[in-house]
Amino acid sequence: MQRILSYPEAIKEAIVQEMTQNPSVIVLGQGVDDPKGILGTTKGLVDKFGSERVFDTPLAEDGMTGVAIGAALAGLRPIHVHIRMDFLLLAMNQLINMAAKMRYMFGGEVFVPMVVRAIIGKSWGQGAQHSQSIYPLFMNIPGLKIFAPSTPYDAKGCLIQGIRDNNPVLFIEHRLLYYQRGHVPTESYTVPFGKARILAKGKDITLVGISQMVIECLRARQYLKEIHIDAEIIDPVSLSPLDINTILDSVLKTKRLMVIDNAWMTCGAGAEIVAQLIERNIPRDVVIKRMGFASVPCPTTPALEQHFYPDAKEIALNAYQMLFSGKRAWQPDTELQIEEIEFKGPF
Amino acid sequence: MDEQIHILAEKFYKSLYRIRRVEEEIARIYPTDKIKSPVHLSIGQEAISVGVCEALRPNDTVFGTYRGHATYLAKGGNLEKMIAELYGKSTGCSKGKGGSMHLIDVAKGVMGTSAIVGTTIPLSVGYSYALKYRNSNAIVVCFIGEGAVDEGAFHESVNFAALKRLPVLFVCENNRYAIHSHHLSRSHSDNIYERVQTYGMQAERIDDGDIFKIYEFTSNYIKRIMLGNITPVFLECITYRWKEHVGPNDDFHLGYRTKGEAEYWIQNDQLKKLKSLLDTDISSNIESAVDLEIKNAFEFAEESHFPEVKELYTNLFKDE
Repeated sequence: MQRILSYPEAIKEAIVQEMTQNPSVIVLGQGVDDPKGILGTTKGLVDKFGSERVFDTPLAEDGMTGVAIGAALAGLRPIHVHIRMDFLLLAMNQLINMAAKMRYMFGGEVFVPMVVRAIIGKSWGQGAQHSQSIYPLFMNIPGLKIFAPSTPYDAKGCLIQGIRDNNPVLFIEHRLLYYQRGHVPTESYTVPFGKARILAKGKDITLVGISQMVIECLRARQYLKEIHIDAEIIDPVSLSPLDINTILDSVLKTKRLMVIDNAWMTCGAGAEIVAQLIERNIPRDVVIKRMGFASVPCPTTPALEQHFYPDAKEIALNAYQMLFSGKRAWQPDTELQIEEIEFKGPF
Repeated sequence: MDEQIHILAEKFYKSLYRIRRVEEEIARIYPTDKIKSPVHLSIGQEAISVGVCEALRPNDTVFGTYRGHATYLAKGGNLEKMIAELYGKSTGCSKGKGGSMHLIDVAKGVMGTSAIVGTTIPLSVGYSYALKYRNSNAIVVCFIGEGAVDEGAFHESVNFAALKRLPVLFVCENNRYAIHSHHLSRSHSDNIYERVQTYGMQAERIDDGDIFKIYEFTSNYIKRIMLGNITPVFLECITYRWKEHVGPNDDFHLGYRTKGEAEYWIQNDQLKKLKSLLDTDISSNIESAVDLEIKNAFEFAEESHFPEVKELYTNLFKDE
């Protein structure tokens, strides 16, 4: 029987397994040892591994990122946890000027094996400063690797891969993905960088969703099924390096692509994916559309917030229009009982 | 003269003379454009690096600043590789990818210098966290300028070092100026070491640049660490930069500082003081050996090759 875990349970299991087999792995960050333990992902770790390996930090994101880098230079493998991705903006100096560059600017003399966990917020009035999703900023920087897994299976495998990797790794989570449940093997395993995941096969249109947006894509796929549109759903999983070939193969098959960024679109992952496809001379009849956050800060009130994010209905409508532009009116059946939106694997 | 003092003076002189002459040679060569990197000379400030590093052990680690030639050399960094790095050659300590501001010699415990003020401070603290975690008796020395005290990362770092009682010695080279901006145009009070005391660590100031005092302070700290009394300490050394912020020249003509202000420090040059303590034949022997070594190092850099184009894409990630 398949063992089903939630996304945060998968993250915690990855950390526990790596800490157990490697004493160099440490966990630091604001609240990692408090009673809530970063939405449960670090809960109880301090009792199991001790306060030298699991410790709260001062509210000093830049300094503590540097501390993690310094510890990594000395051979430890820090996992630095930020309960809000927005807080990474306070650590950009160390992440970009130091972590990403040290190996290169010292000619390969050092390496920085560290993981930075960052959780994107959404809904319930998170507002402008608790909902940001700034992975495009980091995709622009050579020297960083970026995972943004959407399934519990990939959450565990990617995190173990990140911890074992000898380079700085950004591990991007999403608050709403914490409700995902799925098959997660008991044993330790890794998921590689640079390999996208096809979450659902389809022949009519390719939907690429980043982080939590891939869940919206899976929902949209169910709406589209009602009108016999067969969408292929791709989760890039690894944003840096990016697996463009899996997306390319899909697009050559479907001739239609929508990339749904879990971020603002300008210079985003969608822009990058589309640009790379065009550079690979995809046929001119391929139709392309990007979706993403409205180009404003995220508002708090639900009356506006619901229009800030793309959702499954909007994705389905856009897909429909791409296929049947102006031919007939259609609205997704939002009363449709959507089940099995979680991808349960196994892979 | 006391035998112990004499032995120290000889060691100090050798290191200090070497650093001074290396930088004088850099300044001499610089206008030829053979050096492919901006240089921030430490001339006038070298005694701090020498006084500290002469007290260190091989397994101690230092992090430095972009004005880091003295730190690198005083801790034993390879001279040939340093000059080759300044020349942008593949034989440089960072394979020509770092230049003067990114010197490193891992084998000698020089863990790197950085061009962004204050960035190596938390790295030093994190490194010392790992040392303590492993029950090592080694220490980290974090060299900074007084400009770095303006940065938030400084305060974040000393706070954490004090909180976790880490084996790190902060050495603040207070040369009064961040580029052309005086310390007191950036801070209310001239009391960096007193401010650091309030974070919960021993912090002292040496205001005359005396290399023996700097050495003694560092030695005492290491003795304390060896006894198992692990805490961070902070040493503020008042000093003076003789040359311009970046480049090989004097800059008194700019008017932001006066030659008169420099006079005390030029008279107080530790190199001259040390030489006066040594017999002439001893100092001469040191000088001729060092001069030859420097000549060879520049020849090494001249004869080395630039990196091949394919090196543009190497060293981004480990294991790739």
